[in-house]
Amino acid sequence: MTELLSPALWMVLGAVLIPLTRSHLRTAVIFSMPLLTLWSIWQIADGVAGTVSFLEYPIEPVEGSPVRRLFATVFALMAFLGSLYAFKTAKWYELAAAFAYAAGAIGVCFAGDLITLFLYWELMAIFSTVIVWCGGTPGARAAGIRYAIMHLLGGVILKVGIEGVVISTGSIQIQPMLAHDFSTWMIMIGILINAAAPPVSAWLSDAYPESSATGAVFLSAFTTKTAVLALILLFPGEPILIGVGLYMIVYGIIYALLENDARRILAYSIVNQVGFMVCAVGIGTEMALNGAAAHAFAHIIYKALLFMSAGVVLYRTGKSRCTDLGGLFRTMPFTTCMGIIGALSISSFPLTSGFTTKSMISQAAVDENLFMVYMLLTAASAGVFLHAGIKFPWFVFFQKDSGLRPKDAPWNMGLAMGGCAFICILLGVAPNLIYELLPYPVDYQPYTTYKVLFYLQLLLFSGLAFFVLLPLMKRTETISLDTDWLWRKLGMRLLLVMESAVLVVKQRFDHLGIASVRVSNYLVLRYLGNPHAEDSEEKSVFGRSWTIGTTALWISVLLSAYVLANYL
Amino acid sequence: MKQQDNNHWLVRASTIRLLWIGGSIALGLTVVAQIFIPIKGYFGADDWFGFGAVYGFVVCLLMVLFAKALGFVLKRKEDFYDAGEEIDGSVNSTEDSGNHSGDDA
Repeated sequence: MTELLSPALWMVLGAVLIPLTRSHLRTAVIFSMPLLTLWSIWQIADGVAGTVSFLEYPIEPVEGSPVRRLFATVFALMAFLGSLYAFKTAKWYELAAAFAYAAGAIGVCFAGDLITLFLYWELMAIFSTVIVWCGGTPGARAAGIRYAIMHLLGGVILKVGIEGVVISTGSIQIQPMLAHDFSTWMIMIGILINAAAPPVSAWLSDAYPESSATGAVFLSAFTTKTAVLALILLFPGEPILIGVGLYMIVYGIIYALLENDARRILAYSIVNQVGFMVCAVGIGTEMALNGAAAHAFAHIIYKALLFMSAGVVLYRTGKSRCTDLGGLFRTMPFTTCMGIIGALSISSFPLTSGFTTKSMISQAAVDENLFMVYMLLTAASAGVFLHAGIKFPWFVFFQKDSGLRPKDAPWNMGLAMGGCAFICILLGVAPNLIYELLPYPVDYQPYTTYKVLFYLQLLLFSGLAFFVLLPLMKRTETISLDTDWLWRKLGMRLLLVMESAVLVVKQRFDHLGIASVRVSNYLVLRYLGNPHAEDSEEKSVFGRSWTIGTTALWISVLLSAYVLANYL
Repeated sequence: MKQQDNNHWLVRASTIRLLWIGGSIALGLTVVAQIFIPIKGYFGADDWFGFGAVYGFVVCLLMVLFAKALGFVLKRKEDFYDAGEEIDGSVNSTEDSGNHSGDDA
């Protein structure tokens, strides 16, 4: 029976225990639960652990496979490192929500059927919204509502697709499919919404930067990467994903270049990096899927590291806009170094995890003879160095002297960043550690002299381009319009127009109402008279008392008229 | 801009000059090294001499220019959305004051 219990339940237990415990006991819960989850993840054998029947559907709460374990491992690892980073400063409800959110992500990893997947999917949607709200500002509250609407909508679309697939195939199994009919399209769209794919990529850069310094670390790890896993499991080799991924890659770079808020730059670069993974799933070969999985693992760690360094800056200075920051390397040397390691990793610099994992995706494009895809991925690697690799650390830690002299990171935040940086470099120098965990056997050598040389040329000259073009990249206190303009501005305008139209109609009806009340009052007074009037002379025609003779006359007239009418 | 603060060694003009010189040498070396280490291209063009360097630089130039051009169309003031969300704002203000004056109007 215990084999049917998902490792996610440890995190659920943690989420329940955090509010019930205090001080050291709570700290013990916060650190032990992710580790227990990690242990539990590695106890799961390949294949379906067992089935339970629910509404005549065979539910498979736990199904193991290398790629599922890989994603669950990095999620649990991130829950641990994120908790280490957050436990001293985050509110208890933010930590509890983060645990429930991580439980959702880990639950999806081991979901053997679409119904289980959907339940954990929604768990993620609910508790990630709570984390956005934990930002605590009016902006966070509004962004959280937009975030929740987007994810609940995505959930509904996913559910529609799942229902359709269940009806047409009779199976709730999670198995590879292609988007060839309405239901499978719905499933893919539902997943892609969580992956921040176009045209709704804006939800990510809208919500994540509004969260707290600690909340963004959790948010950056789970939702989009769970979507990548779902795509790997359900849509490997779906060609549309190549185009979607490439669009996301370019979108992320361009918007990050325009952006002023440091944490929003990082949010855009999540879209960019997830684009690499989506594109890899679209290529769909063993090398590509290995690349997507490995890159997701590495990305979660270095993106968390980047958000942690930006979080320390926000925590210490209360600022995250590039125009307000600069020169922080003087008093925050450790955070600066950690930020730079994260930035080099995301730029896939040799000896970092980005190089050993992301280059697998380029290799997959080469193997499949996809010339344009390869060239665009290479261009994007240069672009990533430009927007995240240099722009982020440069504008936050160097640039001008902002006059800010904040203290460096608190010990727990420093330790968490150190842990992430260690993993970034470890996977860069010893890539076999991750290659052995990948779903397919790896026959790939990341470090050949010419490849390293090519990437050094590419990246260093991108760096040169950055400093040569620096005058063109002067920061402005602006935001950039995105498709969310449609619902934040156009939608709001339509709502205002509708509101004023309703008001006009209401006023018309109000006038009509007042007039009709006046008319009926007049009629009542005119014909029924005023019952409170004491003087009988003032009573109206139907209110008076009539003589018997008049009444008898009226009766006889009416009866004659009736008889006449009857015979006519 | 970088000479404003001479207290820290990293922002002194002499250091920055050294960084530029060192950086330029590093850039030069990566290109020159291609004479000794031939780059194996996958699609023909990518094994040309200095292809990575030129491609990296040109692509970044194009992306920055494209972003700059797009910025003229897409950039808005930071309070662009706050100013527009009148319904949201009025709800907040009535919540805060506890006065539902909107209903009476």
